[in-house]
Amino acid sequence: MLEVKNLHASVEGTEILRGVNLKVNAGEIHAIMGPNGSGKSTLAQVLAGHEAYDVTDGQVLYEGEDLLELKAEERAQAGLFLAFQYPVEIPGVNSSYFLRTALNSIRKARGQEELDAMDFLAQAKEKMKLVEMDASFINRSVNEGFSGGEKKRHEIYQMAVLEPRLAIMDETDSGLDIDALRIVSNGVNALRSSDNATIVVTHYQRLLNYIVPDFVHVLLKGRIVKSGGKELAMELEAKGYDWIRKEFADAEAVSA
Amino acid sequence: MSQADDMKQLYLASYEGFAKSLNGQSSAPIHGVRKHAIDRFSTLGFPTIRQEAWIHTNPDSLAGTAFTPAPEGTAGVTQADVDPISLGLEHRFVFVNGRFAPELSNTGTLPKGMRASNLASALDADDEIVTSHLTKHAGYEDHAFRALNTAFLRDGAFVHIDRDVVVEAPIHFVHISSAGAEPTVSHPRSLVVAERNSSAVIIETYTGAGDNAYFTNAVTEIVAGENAILKHYKRQLENENAFHVSTVQTRMDRNANCAAYSFDLGGRVVRNETNALLDGEGCEATVNGFYLLHNDQHVDNHTLIEHAKPNCSSHELYKGVLASKSQGIFRGKILVHQIAQKTDAYQQNQNLLLSDQAEANSKPQLEIYADDVKCSHGATIGQLDETAMFYMKSRGISPEHARQLLIQAFGGDVIDRVVVESLREDLHNRSIQKLSLQRKV
Repeated sequence: MLEVKNLHASVEGTEILRGVNLKVNAGEIHAIMGPNGSGKSTLAQVLAGHEAYDVTDGQVLYEGEDLLELKAEERAQAGLFLAFQYPVEIPGVNSSYFLRTALNSIRKARGQEELDAMDFLAQAKEKMKLVEMDASFINRSVNEGFSGGEKKRHEIYQMAVLEPRLAIMDETDSGLDIDALRIVSNGVNALRSSDNATIVVTHYQRLLNYIVPDFVHVLLKGRIVKSGGKELAMELEAKGYDWIRKEFADAEAVSA
Repeated sequence: MSQADDMKQLYLASYEGFAKSLNGQSSAPIHGVRKHAIDRFSTLGFPTIRQEAWIHTNPDSLAGTAFTPAPEGTAGVTQADVDPISLGLEHRFVFVNGRFAPELSNTGTLPKGMRASNLASALDADDEIVTSHLTKHAGYEDHAFRALNTAFLRDGAFVHIDRDVVVEAPIHFVHISSAGAEPTVSHPRSLVVAERNSSAVIIETYTGAGDNAYFTNAVTEIVAGENAILKHYKRQLENENAFHVSTVQTRMDRNANCAAYSFDLGGRVVRNETNALLDGEGCEATVNGFYLLHNDQHVDNHTLIEHAKPNCSSHELYKGVLASKSQGIFRGKILVHQIAQKTDAYQQNQNLLLSDQAEANSKPQLEIYADDVKCSHGATIGQLDETAMFYMKSRGISPEHARQLLIQAFGGDVIDRVVVESLREDLHNRSIQKLSLQRKV
């Protein structure tokens, strides 16, 4: 479904991603872990099409197509979804209207009929239950005045409504209490199917107790330096990143 | 002699012609007011850009065009000019070049206790309410444009709401300039008097019937009696060659609750003064505005909220969206008299710039002589939030649509506060239409 090959990206002249390779198949959950500043969020933003990042080298294939050729909205229309680390507050834009506009933009791009307010609401209410979200949320402005946990739940709710093929969750667990973590994880697990895939970008192993990954990758200084199964996450939790840093430094020294 | 002096002479000569045309009415008390007003104009002359209040709007642009008095009668204005702006309301009074046009109006059945008519007939009948209020609130001694309007006062809109009368249906005054081939000037005038415990909603629309340049020099006086509730919406849709200078002056008695809104979508050079005098205890004033400008439109909003008595509150919010090379100016003053303790006044001006060449100027002013008050003000000038744009795009929404949603969200909240549904929808629709034009440029 997704194939990232030797991806290099920089922001304002500073190279952040320095040759990322990653392959994600339908039905899989991949966790990308790494210390602060390793490039995790940059990878998520580059895949979603943020214009602040310059892709300087490499290739990203999504369903066999060149993802980097698509604009952010076209990526979403093609089934990509980014759950933001810091969901944006948009005062004055009604949440429900926002999400219906998004869903209809995606449906329209796929040649599907647009949903009217009634049909949308019926569908939305079902999805709200999934993330235990109060119906009053949808009458508020997008993310405005939401608590941290509410914002993250709102991201998962949007994901549930938009039904992406590939979801990228950018540190969705950061700052969540256990209850919110459980709700968010339940949402993600309920949406899991053999047709879609999820990339979970996280700093903490704790999330992976709830969302069990098929693969764990360690991102360090803009490269995936180690990949493994879920036991790699446990090892990272127990031992920290220093041993990988050391191993990676050795590897760099050898290749140099 | 400077050009402005030439133009002054032109207006003075026009006045002579106007005064002669009044024939036998020159003995009426109002004529003494006119004569005094033209004397004041003659002394004041046009303001210059060196005057503090005019540094952002060069009066030369107004004083530089030879505007002659607009013709009387309907001057070719037809129902087709009225329909697109009628808002489908029950009570519509149309004025062409400041003169009442009954054939274009639809006065409807006025509720008991409310009188709505034109100032000319009220003046001819020596109407007591008109005599005691007209020209008494919008001071012209030191204001050349109000002095001109007052000097040329002959007709206009008049509504009187009796004690305890609640008028449910909005009253719509439509002021149309004929916008003929020659540049002309008209001086629309309105008077709204709401007695104690009464309530009403007044809409005033300004527009032109063609694309030629003209000058509208309008004055509205609003008098709210004790505990009266009034909402006044000014919808300015002049054509984009037009000059528009206006004053809306509200005077409030004890416990009155008044709102004055200014919506500016039209005009080439626009200068509004929206003033409220809170002249009784317990008043509450709302002074809000929204301007959406493109091309080289220039809109200058001045407001003065004068707290003259204790325990009053005022809320003020002006929002501007400025595209291409347009200019939006806001100068808002809150004046709190020494006696006006426990004043609670809030003022905010927010601007959204859609282009690098658009310009916003914002100058809030507080002048406070009382020592126990709560006053605050603020101003922001910003651009579209790029993080919000990306957030929306990442959900599949096109940049055009995202931009429109954000702009509407920014300015829409002032429009959303309008209580008249057809006016609210009209303003939303016109805004969206104007923005979509903007995108194609």
